[in-house]
Amino acid sequence: MNVTVLDRSPDAAAISRLGYVDCDVHPFIRSAADFDPFLSERWRKHRQTIGGRSRQAMANAANYPRMSPGVGMRIDAWPPDGSHPGSDLAFMRAQLLDAFGVAYGIMLPLVGRSSDERNVEFGAAMATAVNEWQATLWSDPEPRLKGSVQIAIEHTEAAIAELERRAGDRRFAQVQIPPRGLEPLGRRRYWPILEAIAANGFPAALHLGGSGGHPSTGGGWPSFYHEEHHSYVQSMEALVTSLVIEGVFERIPNLKVVLVEGGFAWLPSLCWRLDKHWKRLREEVPHLKRLPSEYVRDHVWITTQPIEEPERAEDLLHTFEWIGWDRVMFSTDYPHWDQDDPRYAIKVALPEREKRMLYRDNAMAFYRLN
Amino acid sequence: MGRYVVAAAGEIAPGGRKIVTVAGREIGIFNIHSEFFALINRCPHEGGALCRGRLVGLMESDRPGEYRLTRHGEMLRCPWHGWEFDIRTGQSWCDPLNTRVRSYNITVEPGATVVKGPYVAEMVPVTVEQDYLVVEI
Repeated sequence: MNVTVLDRSPDAAAISRLGYVDCDVHPFIRSAADFDPFLSERWRKHRQTIGGRSRQAMANAANYPRMSPGVGMRIDAWPPDGSHPGSDLAFMRAQLLDAFGVAYGIMLPLVGRSSDERNVEFGAAMATAVNEWQATLWSDPEPRLKGSVQIAIEHTEAAIAELERRAGDRRFAQVQIPPRGLEPLGRRRYWPILEAIAANGFPAALHLGGSGGHPSTGGGWPSFYHEEHHSYVQSMEALVTSLVIEGVFERIPNLKVVLVEGGFAWLPSLCWRLDKHWKRLREEVPHLKRLPSEYVRDHVWITTQPIEEPERAEDLLHTFEWIGWDRVMFSTDYPHWDQDDPRYAIKVALPEREKRMLYRDNAMAFYRLN
Repeated sequence: MGRYVVAAAGEIAPGGRKIVTVAGREIGIFNIHSEFFALINRCPHEGGALCRGRLVGLMESDRPGEYRLTRHGEMLRCPWHGWEFDIRTGQSWCDPLNTRVRSYNITVEPGATVVKGPYVAEMVPVTVEQDYLVVEI
């Protein structure tokens, strides 16, 4: 019987020598009070006595409970003192940064919930606090870690002020935007923020998750987490389509977007469909000067985890070719339960040049890390 | 192939486990309802420390709305991605034909036998009064 007993070569040394860039790392808080030093007295009191109001029913719970017990975390990612996975820099170094010789880790904090806070002024205060927390508690002591600027996307003025404040600060790599907003991201109401992101030299990162208050599928709320997990693909498809069809990339030609943790195998077929219909329907959208796929090719990057795994592992190479090898950037999603190990995640041998691009060079260029 | 004494039999209570390093590899020793099992501490999926995972039951269903949970504590779930393995066979639940975790023969031997050898027992001090767990590698 032909049985797999982990017979792929664990090329840890090669990955370390490469010095890969991890485009999805999740730092966490030890407690919500970690943000207090970065909040004004007014908002500190608000946080302590009133708290957050997100656009979902149970304010401090996930819509869909994940692996339990474990709250969606890798079970062996709890630091020795029992604090939350991702909350201990020394342990993150041991388990990720040093273990694999990570050159840079791009942090995407999923804490603070500034983006989907209903009280947008509190959301803006939390965005500032989470940004200060990233810079002083993570990037300062560990310069390999770069932050993602948090903004309250429904408070345009505050959002632009916040990202302008971080412009030129090399501790921040990008601006993080929720993929599930009140309206599709390409709508005019978001243009000033998208323009400011591009004008200040940041890429825009869209990491799956959060709740825009709408059902997560076009057909309503799913029953299972397994079902919900896949619905993130729909969210990503909707926002790519919206950005393209609304003409955002015509309007903001230097906007760069990276889709984080949304998968990627769907992207080529989405482009094929959009292109086909542009030839028939383009009169409706005369502001589009080129094939939709050309806008995607010029403006959209993706991170790898979670990798859709074709039955024949080598078919993955075609998917990367269709997307463009220069648009794919490796990510682990540490310390979440579905994180990828850089030694084993890609189950087909990559050509040497493409391997360097995917693990390192693309992200170095995208984030201007050189 | 060598036979390694990895623990005194009484050292691991039912439901308990011990992770040992034998001949350069980490092996998880499990006591399940007073039967012993030994598996390599490496998940065949992406190399997670499998033997630090939770022991769960076998959840099955014939149709939506019905389920049965049997074989309590006999499925080992990887702490990374949750792949489940049958601790008796090492077989993966989601891919039983093609994926299995390497398991090792483990026996309980009386101290008198162990003292005679030929066993590698440097990890565990051996006396004739006790029983020992011996893993074949």
